[in-house]
Amino acid sequence: MDFSFTEEQGKFRQGVRDFLEEEIKKGYWEPACDAWVQGFNPEFTKRVAQRGWIGLTWPREYGGQGRSHIDRLILTEEMLRYGAPAACHWFGDRQVGGAILSFGSEELKKEFLPRIVKGEAYFGLGMSEPGTGSDLASLQTRAVEDGDYYVINGQKTWTSCASFSEYFDIYARTDPEAPRHRGISEFIVDAKSRGVSRIPMIDITGTEAWNDVFFDNVRVHKRYLVGEKNRGFYQVLHQLDYERSGMERLMGNYPLFEAIIRFAKENGLSRDLVTRNKLAQLQIEFEVGRLLIYRVALVMEEGRAPNWESSMSKVYCTEFEKRLACVAMEILGPYGQLKWGSKFVPLRGMALHSYLGSKGYSLQAGTTEILKNIVALRRLGLSSS
Amino acid sequence: MNLALTEEQEMLRKTSRDFLTEKCSKKFLKQMEECETGYSKDLWQEMAELGWMGLAFPGKYGGGDMSFLDLAVLLEEMGRACLPGPFFSSVVLGGLSILDIGNEEQKQEYLPELIRGERILTLALTEPGYHNYDASSVTAEATRDDSNYVISGTKLFVPDAHIADYLLCVARTKPRNGITVFLTDAKSPGTKCTVLKTIAGDKLCEVVFDQVPVPKANILGRLNQGWSAVQKTIQRAAVGKCCEMVGNIQRVLEMTVDYAKERKQFDHPIGSFQVIQHYCADMATDVDGARFSTYKAAWMLSEGLPCTKEVAIAKAWMGGACQRVFALAHQIHGAIGVTIEHDLHYYTRRAKAAELTFGDVDFYREIMAREMGL
Ligand SMILES: Cc1cc2nc3c(=O)[nH]c(=O)nc-3n(C[C@H](O)[C@H](O)[C@H](O)COP(=O)(O)OP(=O)(O)OC[C@H]3O[C@@H](n4cnc5c(N)ncnc54)[C@H](O)[C@@H]3O)c2cc1C
Repeated sequence: MDFSFTEEQGKFRQGVRDFLEEEIKKGYWEPACDAWVQGFNPEFTKRVAQRGWIGLTWPREYGGQGRSHIDRLILTEEMLRYGAPAACHWFGDRQVGGAILSFGSEELKKEFLPRIVKGEAYFGLGMSEPGTGSDLASLQTRAVEDGDYYVINGQKTWTSCASFSEYFDIYARTDPEAPRHRGISEFIVDAKSRGVSRIPMIDITGTEAWNDVFFDNVRVHKRYLVGEKNRGFYQVLHQLDYERSGMERLMGNYPLFEAIIRFAKENGLSRDLVTRNKLAQLQIEFEVGRLLIYRVALVMEEGRAPNWESSMSKVYCTEFEKRLACVAMEILGPYGQLKWGSKFVPLRGMALHSYLGSKGYSLQAGTTEILKNIVALRRLGLSSS
Repeated sequence: MNLALTEEQEMLRKTSRDFLTEKCSKKFLKQMEECETGYSKDLWQEMAELGWMGLAFPGKYGGGDMSFLDLAVLLEEMGRACLPGPFFSSVVLGGLSILDIGNEEQKQEYLPELIRGERILTLALTEPGYHNYDASSVTAEATRDDSNYVISGTKLFVPDAHIADYLLCVARTKPRNGITVFLTDAKSPGTKCTVLKTIAGDKLCEVVFDQVPVPKANILGRLNQGWSAVQKTIQRAAVGKCCEMVGNIQRVLEMTVDYAKERKQFDHPIGSFQVIQHYCADMATDVDGARFSTYKAAWMLSEGLPCTKEVAIAKAWMGGACQRVFALAHQIHGAIGVTIEHDLHYYTRRAKAAELTFGDVDFYREIMAREMGL
């Protein structure tokens, strides 16, 4: 057992910090909650790419660095600590690239991985549909073979980052006769394709968080089928294990954490026993969550796909993020209700934003209930009869 | 970073689990709770022969030259087995403190005997009152009398004092107002020990020191400056308790999941009901969180790194985790779990005792608050 980081890892972390602090100093962006998924900043993504920090764990032949999953966790942890606007590349880096690497053809790898690495290909995730949430195998979007092409029809919803996505990683039914899990395939669809249209959706904070994405006779060449036909459901489970695995499930609203602690100190509120207790408890919970996530990275480092491990950390950590937002609101009292731009607003309105926004944390990428099912089944061997 | 045990530690885990499974039946636990001494001399001797007492001590005292982290693995197994007796008192509270702050003569005198299982030690720190583990709570006085000291005062919740040979007594030294640790002979005149009746059926004692003479040579560590050593002892004890509790709740999780798979109602195993599955998933999360935070603190202690914050995280988290784990374990077990027929109560009662000792949740939250600069 060893809980330390190597000297090299320490240097790497420092390098990331120096870079991010420099960025902030130059006024390129301001730290923000949820910036990993809402901070759309192509220039920032380019600068990150120039350092080789996208696709860090991928093989060199596709432009990656062949580095460890711990290194990637260090990198993302620091990005989140500084609330850096990494949304352009986050999905490609976190999961779509990995999916292509695991399942895609050589041709697909050559086409997409080097571009993701260069910060030149932004992805959205097309899983959910109006009638399909937790029960992903129920999806209705259809893909029908037509010569060298598939013709796709249907609707995706809750597609995060869709307004600036250049590609969608989508799942569609290719065999309606087969049992539901065995008739789904995965495709990469160019967002500029004819027949793709988007309608923005506004979330509870007032942010444009998603789009509804419509596919109307969209023709997709067969080489954009990822992996095997009709194996899409199994591929998406794999991808979801990665989607749930990271530090963004603990530190999505980290800038608020730092800000509320500072606020409590500066205003003498932290002398109050109840407030001290709440903040100390949050810090304790945070540190435990961090260990649960590092465990997930170590599982990946062993070459295994994390499964119940990432479900467990995501459940735990998103509940932490929600509690953090609640505690921040409690500490701010009536000021917590003031919106950004209002007279008297504290912490740039972060607490309010996070209080509302965090409600979605335990829904996206698998709800808390679904993830607990996974832990019960896969870790503990408890099955539904 | 690496969360796996070494091969050696895996071996230690396996052999200690096998040994304790055989020796430490629930019938034995019941006997030990009921009997006056609270431990079996035979088992104690066997443990010494296995090298357990000496595990984390240097070879020159007869020890096994292993680390605190190795000891953590053993403590986890002891917690899993609910092992009764003075191992924790003798080794974690007594022996390791002597190793830390004793002079060479003292180490030579006390450690080999402890390691051979011939002597039992314990720590007399806490006192009547409600602010323990704080220097100001120490009111027992050691007054200078020629070249010796005379100790007077009352210590409370002293584990295993009734069978101990030596007590590490933490006292306020007069005339200068410092804290000093003394090694006192438990049999010396003026020392009176009363065993308390406790939730865990372990043997916590009231020890009254009435003009107990102690030679100056029995000062452990620095005169008047003993508090920092005591703090270190408290830290190590808190982590040690956490290790035991990891073993405890890990076992409770396993028992509960097994029960959920076996017990049928409405024609189905209760573990097929989603509510029960989610309770179990919650328990598993608490257990894993407790395990990692505990081992992180144990690793840091073992490496000699400063770890005030990590110890606070481990023990504060553990307290809350135990409360949740036992609430769910009992709920899932139904009525059978609240009988003495079933084994669960041994774990429930011990975890509560461990939660309360060497700093509870509030105590460590406050330490955390200070560490955060609040
Ligand atoms: C902020 C945000 C971003 C998102 N981004 C994307 C994206 O980029 N791409 C994408 O495809 N999707 C995205 N989603 C959608 C997300 O994947 C779904 O919200 C999620 O899968 C749940 O589906 P649902 O909302 O339809 O809820 P439902 O599945 O209808 O669930 C409603 C409630 O029922 C419970 N429930 C359902 N089934 C079970 C069961 N078997 N056992 C117990 N309880 C159950 C759920 O846990 C939940 O509490 C996003 C969602 C949010 C909130």
